[in-house]
Amino acid sequence: MSSRLAKGGRLIDRGAMRDFTFNGKRMKGMEGDTLASALLANDQVMMGRSFKYHRPRGVVASGAEEPNALMGIGTDGHFEPNQRATTQELFEGLTAESQNHWPSLEFDVGAVNAKLSRFFPAGFYYKTFLWPRSFWEKVYEPIVRQAAGLGRAPKDRDADTYEHLYTFADVLVIGGGVAGLTAALEAGRAGAKVLVLEQTAHWGGRAPVDGGEIGGVSAEEHIAALVTELEGLPNVTLRLRCMGAGVYDHGYILGYERLTDHIADKSGPRHRLWRIRAAQVITATGAIERPLSFAGNDLPGVMLASAVRDYVVNFGVAPGDRVAVVTNNDDAYRTAFAMKEAGLDVAVILDAREAGGGALAIAAREAGIRVEPGRAVAKVLGGKRVTGVEICAQAGSGSTIETIPCDVVAMSGGWSPVVHLWSHCGGKLYWDTEHAMFRPDPEKAPTSHDGRAFVRCAGTANGEMLLSQVLKDAAAQGHAAALAAGFEGTPSGLPEVSEVAEIPLAPVWIMPAGASYDKRSKAWLDFQNDVKVSDIQLAAQEGYESVEHAKRYTTLGMATDQGKLSNINGLAILSDSLNEAIPQVGTTTFRPPYTPISMGAIAGQGRGETFQPLRRTPLHAWHEAHGVQWEPVGHWRRPYAFPQAGESTHEAVNREITTVREKVGLLDASTLGKIVVKGPDAGRFLDMLYTNMMSTLKPGRCRYGLMCNENGFLIDDGVVARIDENTFLCHTTTGGADTIHAHMEEWLQTEWWDMQVHVFNVTEQYGQIGVVGPLARQLLELLGTAEISKDELPFLGWADRLVGGIPCRLYRISFSGELSYELRVPAGQTLALWEALMEAGKALGVAPYGTEALHVLRAEKGFIMIGDETDGTVTPQDLNLHWAVSKKKEDFLGKRGQLRSHLSSPDRWKLVGLETLDGMVLEDGAYILDAGQNDRGQRNMQGRITSSYYSPTLGRGIAMALLKHGPDRMGETVQVTKLGAEPVAAKVVDPVFYDKDGEKQDV
Amino acid sequence: MSDLTGPAPVTALGGAAFEGYVRVAEEPQRAMFTLRGDLSATAMKNAATGLAGVDMPGQGQAALNAERMVAWMSPDELLLTLPWAEHDKACAQLDATLGDPMLNWGDVSQARAHFSLSGPDGAVREVAAKLAPVDFSPAAFPQGSFRRSRMNQVAAAFWCPAPGRIEVICFRSVADYAFRLLSDAARPGSEVGLYA
Repeated sequence: MSSRLAKGGRLIDRGAMRDFTFNGKRMKGMEGDTLASALLANDQVMMGRSFKYHRPRGVVASGAEEPNALMGIGTDGHFEPNQRATTQELFEGLTAESQNHWPSLEFDVGAVNAKLSRFFPAGFYYKTFLWPRSFWEKVYEPIVRQAAGLGRAPKDRDADTYEHLYTFADVLVIGGGVAGLTAALEAGRAGAKVLVLEQTAHWGGRAPVDGGEIGGVSAEEHIAALVTELEGLPNVTLRLRCMGAGVYDHGYILGYERLTDHIADKSGPRHRLWRIRAAQVITATGAIERPLSFAGNDLPGVMLASAVRDYVVNFGVAPGDRVAVVTNNDDAYRTAFAMKEAGLDVAVILDAREAGGGALAIAAREAGIRVEPGRAVAKVLGGKRVTGVEICAQAGSGSTIETIPCDVVAMSGGWSPVVHLWSHCGGKLYWDTEHAMFRPDPEKAPTSHDGRAFVRCAGTANGEMLLSQVLKDAAAQGHAAALAAGFEGTPSGLPEVSEVAEIPLAPVWIMPAGASYDKRSKAWLDFQNDVKVSDIQLAAQEGYESVEHAKRYTTLGMATDQGKLSNINGLAILSDSLNEAIPQVGTTTFRPPYTPISMGAIAGQGRGETFQPLRRTPLHAWHEAHGVQWEPVGHWRRPYAFPQAGESTHEAVNREITTVREKVGLLDASTLGKIVVKGPDAGRFLDMLYTNMMSTLKPGRCRYGLMCNENGFLIDDGVVARIDENTFLCHTTTGGADTIHAHMEEWLQTEWWDMQVHVFNVTEQYGQIGVVGPLARQLLELLGTAEISKDELPFLGWADRLVGGIPCRLYRISFSGELSYELRVPAGQTLALWEALMEAGKALGVAPYGTEALHVLRAEKGFIMIGDETDGTVTPQDLNLHWAVSKKKEDFLGKRGQLRSHLSSPDRWKLVGLETLDGMVLEDGAYILDAGQNDRGQRNMQGRITSSYYSPTLGRGIAMALLKHGPDRMGETVQVTKLGAEPVAAKVVDPVFYDKDGEKQDV
Repeated sequence: MSDLTGPAPVTALGGAAFEGYVRVAEEPQRAMFTLRGDLSATAMKNAATGLAGVDMPGQGQAALNAERMVAWMSPDELLLTLPWAEHDKACAQLDATLGDPMLNWGDVSQARAHFSLSGPDGAVREVAAKLAPVDFSPAAFPQGSFRRSRMNQVAAAFWCPAPGRIEVICFRSVADYAFRLLSDAARPGSEVGLYA
């Protein structure tokens, strides 16, 4: 059984017991435990079931590479699935649940899949669900999805908060093991600004467990001294629980800091995403031990040799009472010593190498441990956990020589440097045959903007396996990184290292070498995705020769652990099957993040109220307090209508329209773009931007203008006011404010750089209030506004006036056809002016109106709306706006485009009005039918509805449409589509439905 | 025409403040002008430095004297801030000084929302660093530094008038968004200790 040892455990506090629950069962752990170590201490070896066959699975590893022990952690809004028990620190009250089983972990119906595994070979889905095609979406996919999947998705909204942090460093060190700390100190001493990220809660990495003496003290003491010195350097920042997640172009690195995952108090931000710019990056990310591929290597109790000794040394937990060590290298012998030292049994060390191990093997024998060279595991015995191993010769086909009882199998197939971060941004690898591993190729490093390397690996991550070499390499890399970042330090002397020499490993990719199909189909490569040796071999046999194809066909390395344990073993099997060398087959691509990071961390503050910026006019709060119904317009909210008590939205819109036509209405027009164009060439500049002539406009006057893009299509419209000889104010649409400003700047900066013009976007400096209706002048006069009669301030004029004592610029412009003044007022006084207008207008029956009333009012007048009548393919001529396109000007943006044959064709759809025969409202966006069908068998169309409303003024529906030869077809009846019904007849009419001569606005 | 006529202008958030591990506060109304043109022109320099009583700033810099500031916005743009009470006088003086038609100015006093972060210097810097891709370390962003950048999804400009204080402006319409971001970043319990 697995249990807590009576003593030991360098990371736990035996005085601090922690209660937690696993699958609803109360258990006890200790401060400093991981969830995995605490579960093992409670004899909970089985921690989940596999993805495909639902096989019982126990913890394999002790760190970020863990494929099996995935848990749903937390409850309600704090619940998250697929969390690794090996990286989850224990805290009081933690709740965890295992995954992939029903009804329970112990008894699982899905385990029947394992019995049927013969029928689920590689490519099973591709092969099985091909036919009939129609079944995929409706039948197969739902069933497959139901059966598959890891943890359950959270049901509640995420209750946690997250944030980002931008930071900058000369040298970023990823990994706080002995190599990372050594490199950091070297760079720090040179004066570089250094940031060190360590994904776990402790400094030092594996060195304290794996032993060795540095400078005459233990590795652990040496590490403590390194940390103390680093903490004393003001130019060095150290962060624990912060993983280097990804390395990107130009020295951009993401760090993933976990702030509350390890504590019960969840009040602060849960994760912080560090967005780092570093001149130089050192990845000191260590190495990951490889499993061995033998039959039954996935049974609970089969673990990595390093993990077994981690649990013993770090947490004082025995993964079992009796261990069988199986290895192809010297390092795994350390596990036997750790077990022995903890008073546990070592049943046997099976060393697959014919000649056995080096100095450590001798020491093992001297300690009385049974060592069997040339031996392998034939098969692991047990069901829900290991009960023993059958041993065989590694060289043979696996005939059992002996059965040895044990409850833990500690396996080691050698080590793979963690080259992920090196590879993220293009670093290449080479195959080191002696150590059977891919190593970073320093000749092919990731390069930055200047073509020079910006990432270097240090220590074990660089393929250095001996402590003395690790320290030497780390110091050299730290020095080199500082130098590359512009800091010249004096290399520190290296401390004396005392270590045991090791002899090379023997590559073992399948155990035993001649394993039968039966054994190979029980030898797991990818534990999480249930990929076995036999699956890769089948893929190779079926022609999936590229490692990328074989990966996708078998799903090897495609689980949440991204194949940290399986990739190298899998590709070795593939290369063996293809009879090619490993480097020729190559690796799959390492992509960020190193381990999964939360979506919340990526979103940061982009959630809830700060999901997106909401733009508010100076009157936003007033609208909200007066029952507004909002309409989103870009990031703005504009009032759609102001329904009163008992009024529907439609009724409100009709009332607002009638108020404007008969009395006076107020419109918040603050969102309209206001761009000041200033300079001696302002007129010339605007003549190029607008289709009509602006330079001839007199100061004090306004003119409606159209803007086209280079292709001749209409992009914006608005009223231009000339302020003085050198100054114009251009109104744009709400959505056009920023884009037209940018459009102007672009032309000024890139093409017309010689024009003497400046543009200022003053949209937000001012509020703008439309005072609209026959009583508009009366209302302004009630507020003491002087000199606004028809003669003093005629239609299409502007003037500065005080309204209610507030300084305003009054534009006599009208988008409704009524007498109208648009009042430009400083933003900070807009509310005061609005309230004064509302108060003074009471007696006149004033009411605010929204965008829908605005739309209907303009449609009654036949005024076009950018975005309704235009869609990026419509010209001014299409909208009968020839009068606003200058014939005199030599050039303007869009002129040449409009001359092209298709744009000048007489067959284009052109603007008309439509009236239904029965007064009903046509559907917006409906098509106008034509006779016959096109070559695809679709009904021919000859036009479409661009705007359609109910006009309370006229008491019936009105519409604007683009119709082929439209203006020539007045009085004709056309058929307009209606969803789910017969087409509707409509009469082609003039688009100006109301006050065609414009008498009402010019009073 | 004077903008000082009529009721005193209100700021976007009416002086909202949040007491976090740094204090976030909307600043009172200030006069603020955009100056465009050749920054080496004598009239341009005189207009800016004469009103603010400071020297011309270099790139990435703001020359500060209490509420008076001249900040470098781009190779042909300055930002000038003055006490609000001097707004009208400044408008007149800018008109008078910038006679050259290619030296232009615009009033943006009310186009902006203006916030301050104040508290322990390191804390103020890290709160800003949660929102903008700017190196706010004391070495890279000393007193008098000015950066045009962004605050999450909106444009923003930051400057450091004094140790323990960073000021930021954004467009007025997104004042509420900016204030929520800043307050959230300053929430007690979210301290980083980056510049401690």
